[in-house]
Amino acid sequence: MSSWFDYTVNGLIIGNIYALLAVGLALIFGVSHLINFAHGSVYTVGAYVGWAAIRYLHTPLPATMLIVVAVCAGLGIAIERLGLRPLQGSARIAPLLATIGISFVLDQGLNLIFTPDPRALSSGLPNWRWQVGGGTIGIMDLLIGAIGIASAGVLFGFLRFSKLGWAVRATAQDRDAARQMGVDTDRVNRTVFAIASGLGGLSGMLVGMYYNHIDTAMSFNATLKGVVAQVIGGMGNVPGAIFGSLLLGLTESYGVALFGSSYRNLFAFVLLLAVLVLRPNGLFASARQTPPEPMTGTFIAPSRPVRVPAWALWAGFVAAALLPLVPDIAYILQTLTNGWLYAMLALSLTLVAGTVGQVSLGHAALLAIGGYASALLALDLGVPVPFAVLAAGFITAVVGTALVFPAFRLRGHYISIATLGIGEIVGLVILNWEGLTRGPIGVAGIPPLEAGGWELDSPRATYWVTLVVMAVLGLMQARLLRGHLGRTFRAIREDDIAARTYGISLNRYKGMAFAYGGFAAGISGGITAHMYSYINHETFTSQISVLALTMVILGGLGNLTGAIIGAVALISLPEMFRFAAEYRMLIYGFTLLLLIRFRPQGVLGTV
Amino acid sequence: MAFLEIRGLTRRFGGLTAVDAIDIDFAEGELLSIIGPNGAGKTTLFNLISGHDTPDAGSILFDGRPIAGLKPERLAALGMARTFQHGRVFANLSVRDNVLVGAHTRLSLVRRSVPVIGPVVELFAALLRPARVAAEEAALAAEVEGIVTLFGERLTPRLDQPAYSLSYANRRRVEIGRALALHPRLLLLDEPTAGMNETETAEMMEIIGRLKADGLSILLIEHKLDLVMRLSDRVIVMDDGEKIAEGLPEQVRNDPAVIEAYLGNRAVGGAA
Repeated sequence: MSSWFDYTVNGLIIGNIYALLAVGLALIFGVSHLINFAHGSVYTVGAYVGWAAIRYLHTPLPATMLIVVAVCAGLGIAIERLGLRPLQGSARIAPLLATIGISFVLDQGLNLIFTPDPRALSSGLPNWRWQVGGGTIGIMDLLIGAIGIASAGVLFGFLRFSKLGWAVRATAQDRDAARQMGVDTDRVNRTVFAIASGLGGLSGMLVGMYYNHIDTAMSFNATLKGVVAQVIGGMGNVPGAIFGSLLLGLTESYGVALFGSSYRNLFAFVLLLAVLVLRPNGLFASARQTPPEPMTGTFIAPSRPVRVPAWALWAGFVAAALLPLVPDIAYILQTLTNGWLYAMLALSLTLVAGTVGQVSLGHAALLAIGGYASALLALDLGVPVPFAVLAAGFITAVVGTALVFPAFRLRGHYISIATLGIGEIVGLVILNWEGLTRGPIGVAGIPPLEAGGWELDSPRATYWVTLVVMAVLGLMQARLLRGHLGRTFRAIREDDIAARTYGISLNRYKGMAFAYGGFAAGISGGITAHMYSYINHETFTSQISVLALTMVILGGLGNLTGAIIGAVALISLPEMFRFAAEYRMLIYGFTLLLLIRFRPQGVLGTV
Repeated sequence: MAFLEIRGLTRRFGGLTAVDAIDIDFAEGELLSIIGPNGAGKTTLFNLISGHDTPDAGSILFDGRPIAGLKPERLAALGMARTFQHGRVFANLSVRDNVLVGAHTRLSLVRRSVPVIGPVVELFAALLRPARVAAEEAALAAEVEGIVTLFGERLTPRLDQPAYSLSYANRRRVEIGRALALHPRLLLLDEPTAGMNETETAEMMEIIGRLKADGLSILLIEHKLDLVMRLSDRVIVMDDGEKIAEGLPEQVRNDPAVIEAYLGNRAVGGAA
């Protein structure tokens, strides 16, 4: 058994790696108020560049490091120039979504070049270990520690003593004032992205060497950890990010020591939520600081939505309902069935993220709750499937709202980070609560869809069921928003301070939106579970959350017809054109980027 | 007892005392103006009264009830409405919906409400829309059309346009319409004529005068002194967070401390 000393060393090493990520995120947030969701992808690119340099160029370690830093810094500059600079002055959420799009493109690019198979990344260093006290320290530990401390020192010197470092700090304090005083803020942004990405790539390479393992799926986790560490230390606070990273590394390491490695991330996200709820400005901020988000300014760009006439919607519905009568289109029916299921999720998210403006990045967790609720009710309690699905909707409404409730006081980007963390926590609880969820084995043998003894598992039947349920949920939502709730929800999105001034309790209405959204998503998850007959903790991944958000933006925030069109366009179309399936994430990424750049209000416009 | 009674109200930001031990007595039906140079602490005072900020010291009694530190949504339910210095309309909502949001606290589903059960009832009522709820909505919609006629033909033709498409002056009018839809017992107006030309200012002055004649209690922050002098029952002058003068408009106008604060000859050492 390892000693506490080993766990401490391990925690500090992991913390050091997180620090290399978090410092970059903090620098970027400092100058541009942006959470860079592409940061983890740069980290993965760094790992693969290191692998390629060693494999093909046979570079020694110092040269490999230089190449990694240089390539990733260049990538950072490209991200800033192509993805973000054109978005200056657009809605605050736009650059954040752009970085999500960029991360899709980078990840899928790596997948296509290097295949998703994991690879070994050896440091080529001798395997020396030293006995210290009750444990050991290896040469890789020392290297990572040294690189962490050295980069912090160089960064400090740069920010404190160089002229460009001054400019970075000035821009972080007040971008407009810095620009008026002649600071080239574009150059500052470029520099910051280069430094951040260089450090991020280096971090990816070091992690690969530490575990002697790299794969293309490591991006998302890296982004999450960097963001968590940064939130702990306070957004945009560079020393805070280092402290937050070490704290996160130690917490995870001790958590693993106490409960086992499947709890690692659970500790990270619980720490994240605790900090967000108790000290949303980070551990170092004074308690009564002005909110970090600006007090005014619209979240959503002005929009003139396209009004789709009711007869066109009915015509579309009738056409969709008659489609199964066409012979030999089972495959198309299947892809459209999938589309309808996603449309329910998109309807749910367009209410929460679009109408109320709470951009949730953890919406797939609602599917998971609904899926498990319905599956377990039907299997363990013998509840008939239709009632199980309906009950799953209500359970998801209650559980989902209760889970997000602590995050209701957060605003802007913070709500996205919190929902991301809550989504991860739901997945980890499902994985670890074996008594209820059967843990990693998953739930098998879920009874198929049926109603009153009629089996509904043919492609046609599931198609009709999902289409009708989706249409009913959409109509209910439209009816809900036609009354006073529509304007109340939208008022919160447009200006929550003015909304409160007129007596709108934010908790109450956010709660209602999440409850209805949870209901719709829970139904979708429930039906999915009965269709698949098997689900586990990886059936509803966080990628689905981002995908759902892409659909919502594609259709137009808060736009119900848009959400359905977005779901069908992103789910069914790539599957119908089979050649495109392999490039799906690439398509999603580019769709998101192009939309944000050229039609931020979506195809049909914000409602 | 005064309708609004403020004692020793203080708010500090770091080393700066934005509002420094202010006392105010305000009677029901009065129109009290607060004037003073930029940075005197007028808007901070409003923020403290309307619950957007919490005082460091002092008390506020509204109709005998202590309200310092209460949340703005609570104060709205007590009948306090305010407008904002820079205008905070809901940009993507129509003029009609903007004004309807003002009536939010009057909705029967919102007014009598139990935690957890109340929101669930509200959700189902919005979904099923029973006759009573529909009738209430219809009555409010009719009332909104009445409220906007206060501004003549300025807003009526634009009822269904989104607020972002309005001129600056029209947005200020929407804000006032929204405040009136709350049926306020106390109305706080923060520079209602900012950014308006002379005609528009005169129009706004007439509207405020009419509201006052209807018996509405109004606290007004305003820079245009002729408007203040003409409308106010009393005037309070603030400078550097302190109340430097208080009284009838003509008294305040001739107060040497006020003249000094406005011309700033203390600060520039008589250079003017």
